[in-house]
Amino acid sequence: MQQSASASSSDDHRRDGKLVTADGRPLQASLRSAERRRKIIAFLFVSPLLAFLLISFVIPIGQMMWRSVDNPTIINTLPRTLEAMQEWDGQNIPDEPVFAALAEDLREAQQNRRVGPLAVRLNYEISGARGALSRKARSVATMDAPYREQFLESDRLWQNPRLYQIIQREGRPLTLSYYVAATDRAYDADGNIVRRPEQQRIYMTLFGRTFAMSAAILVLTLLLGFPIAFWMAHLPMRYANLLMIMVLLPFWTSLLVRTTSWIVLLQQQGVINSSLVALGILDSGNRLSLMYNMTGTIIAMTHILLPFMVLPLYSVMKTIPPSYMRAARSLGANNWTAFWRVYVPQTVPGIGAGGVLVFIISIGYYITPALVGGQSGRMISNMIAYHMQNSLNWGLAAALGTMLLVSVLILYWAYNKLVGADIKLG
Amino acid sequence: MEHVDTANPYVVFDRVQKTYDGEELVVKDLNLSIEKGEFLTMLGPSGSGKTTCLMMLAGFETSTFGEIRIDGVAINNIPPHKRGIGMVFQNYALFPHMTIGENLAFPLEVRQMGKSEREEKIRRALAMVQMEAFANRRPAQLSGGQQQRVALARALVFEPELVLMDEPLGALDKNLRETMQYEIKHLHEQLGVTVVYVTHDQTEALTMSDRIAVFNDGRIQQLAAPADLYERPENAFVAAFIGENNRMTGAVEEYSEDKVSVRLEDGSLVQAKNVCASGQGDQTTLSLRPERAFTIGNGDSQPVNCFDGKVEELIYLGDHIRARMNICGHDDFIIKLPNASSKLTLKVGQPVKVGWAAEDCRALDLSEDGPVHSD
Repeated sequence: MQQSASASSSDDHRRDGKLVTADGRPLQASLRSAERRRKIIAFLFVSPLLAFLLISFVIPIGQMMWRSVDNPTIINTLPRTLEAMQEWDGQNIPDEPVFAALAEDLREAQQNRRVGPLAVRLNYEISGARGALSRKARSVATMDAPYREQFLESDRLWQNPRLYQIIQREGRPLTLSYYVAATDRAYDADGNIVRRPEQQRIYMTLFGRTFAMSAAILVLTLLLGFPIAFWMAHLPMRYANLLMIMVLLPFWTSLLVRTTSWIVLLQQQGVINSSLVALGILDSGNRLSLMYNMTGTIIAMTHILLPFMVLPLYSVMKTIPPSYMRAARSLGANNWTAFWRVYVPQTVPGIGAGGVLVFIISIGYYITPALVGGQSGRMISNMIAYHMQNSLNWGLAAALGTMLLVSVLILYWAYNKLVGADIKLG
Repeated sequence: MEHVDTANPYVVFDRVQKTYDGEELVVKDLNLSIEKGEFLTMLGPSGSGKTTCLMMLAGFETSTFGEIRIDGVAINNIPPHKRGIGMVFQNYALFPHMTIGENLAFPLEVRQMGKSEREEKIRRALAMVQMEAFANRRPAQLSGGQQQRVALARALVFEPELVLMDEPLGALDKNLRETMQYEIKHLHEQLGVTVVYVTHDQTEALTMSDRIAVFNDGRIQQLAAPADLYERPENAFVAAFIGENNRMTGAVEEYSEDKVSVRLEDGSLVQAKNVCASGQGDQTTLSLRPERAFTIGNGDSQPVNCFDGKVEELIYLGDHIRARMNICGHDDFIIKLPNASSKLTLKVGQPVKVGWAAEDCRALDLSEDGPVHSD
């Protein structure tokens, strides 16, 4: 044993059992320093994109997720009120010290111009709070003690015990209230989270509809895309290229142009309806509602997302040698059995990749549903946009966005578990 | 072209022609009878039409003209899956999403065979190729040789009477290829199936076949047993394609049924066996195997063909020595010298006498194209 060890180490240099180079440096360290230069160069090549991604992608997403729980308004604007409310029983209208502190806080807020955000924040919880609070903040400068009665008389808002519960609950730097709202839940009088009445459950219904529509689009793109991809993969190169251009052509056209052309085709007085009426298939009174509803969104988005299904399928089918089908047939399988049992299972990575792409893109799709979706064809992204642009409830928009992001991540994780292959494109 | 009519042909190609583009015939007037239980190899360079013939037999190509019969039944209109022909492909074509066991079960399942019978057949087929232990593996987990064994087992598991093999060993390395050649040969002997085997490797063809059909230019150039093919090539293409040979062209001076004298370009007169020289005064190609030529020492008796030459190059190959000589105006004349001590005295540049027997030198047609070498 000793003999063979010494014989084998005649070529390798060893120190303390570790391999070293001829000049005595540890081999590992030597390898690292040799690789370092290469790594630095590689890093320099990717650093512009990395910086760009960091600034335009990672940071905004982080900000969005932070905003969905961030809650600084009340704790910063009403610090004295919150302190005075520590004594409060949580059920009735608070006593004078709380109102004195509130008046003091509002005076200061008025000077620092911080009433607006506070009013908006409280308005998320109680509608109408915004006006009452703004009025009060303007008049509070001229008020004297005792404050309680003056507050109560000035507006119904101050007589509502929920206001004080909300101030107390939301008087913390972090909040879950946006998520509570985004899952169609609310706090009851005792501070428990309960589901909203059925007719007020808009967000979960919208999430459900978004997933259902995306699933429908996925199935339609698969049904339409599989034959095209199959055909393309088996045609001579010349024709396959022509087909490929036809598949890609919509890609090169502006999304708005494509969507508006669907409007031209689908609307009540549009090409399809008019043709059907002219052919006598439809009565002019019973024109089909192909647009401003779910049908419109599904038709237009299936068209727009079709290339995302065709390209991965094509790239997978291209690599399946024809000898598999021949082998299956020589073994006694008819055309259909050979196709179904031998060909289709080998396209699963393509179906998986295309499916994940189409599904993930469609659950976050915005423009097309906004233009052709109408009321019933809207998706969750339209609601997020509404809260960003109209209601200005960015916290709720951020909570909805984070939920969408998480569901995409879960989907991708599930895809990796099930299919376990990298996403293939083109 | 020879047309061997066997007494009881199993597979018959009857005046088969095939064109892909309507302009050029890939297979020109093919007539071939294959006997039951025979191992027939279609050998030829790429583009010679051999694979097309195999694909027509399997049913993946249709013949443009002519009839293919199996056991007396014309199969032109029978789809591939009803022909009951086992097939082994060059890239193995094992279904990657199925285990080895499932791959073998596939042909039995599509024939609606019961589970217990299926399992028994799969076990026997895998045992035949010594792969029983691998039934639950996936093809990607096997080496190339193992995959090819499984592909063989799969082509045989449903007990077809005819098995087609399309260059099945092309992707294997040399040693494995040789082992597999013997295995396939022994399986054939053991099972008695009819095998049609396509290859461009002449060694493979010579090792395994009962008969070899040499294809070139869409025609069978010669159909014969391996030994006949090597010893008695009937035309210049076959002589050049099978094994090594020295080619010399010249004009026929004396013509008889079985013997010719040929005047080479440099003036030397060679006695040769007449195979298909066309007649007196015509050009002919002489073909001589390198191992049939020998050096002549001073005391040796002289054969009819004996010429002065010069050693140009010596290559030591262990069991023999290849000597490139300049003889009769050809400086690429090769002689294989067995590695016996007496022959080792040759030196480059040394003048030497070389001779060969008249019956070893065959006068063939004048081949138009240059020498074609297989690998």
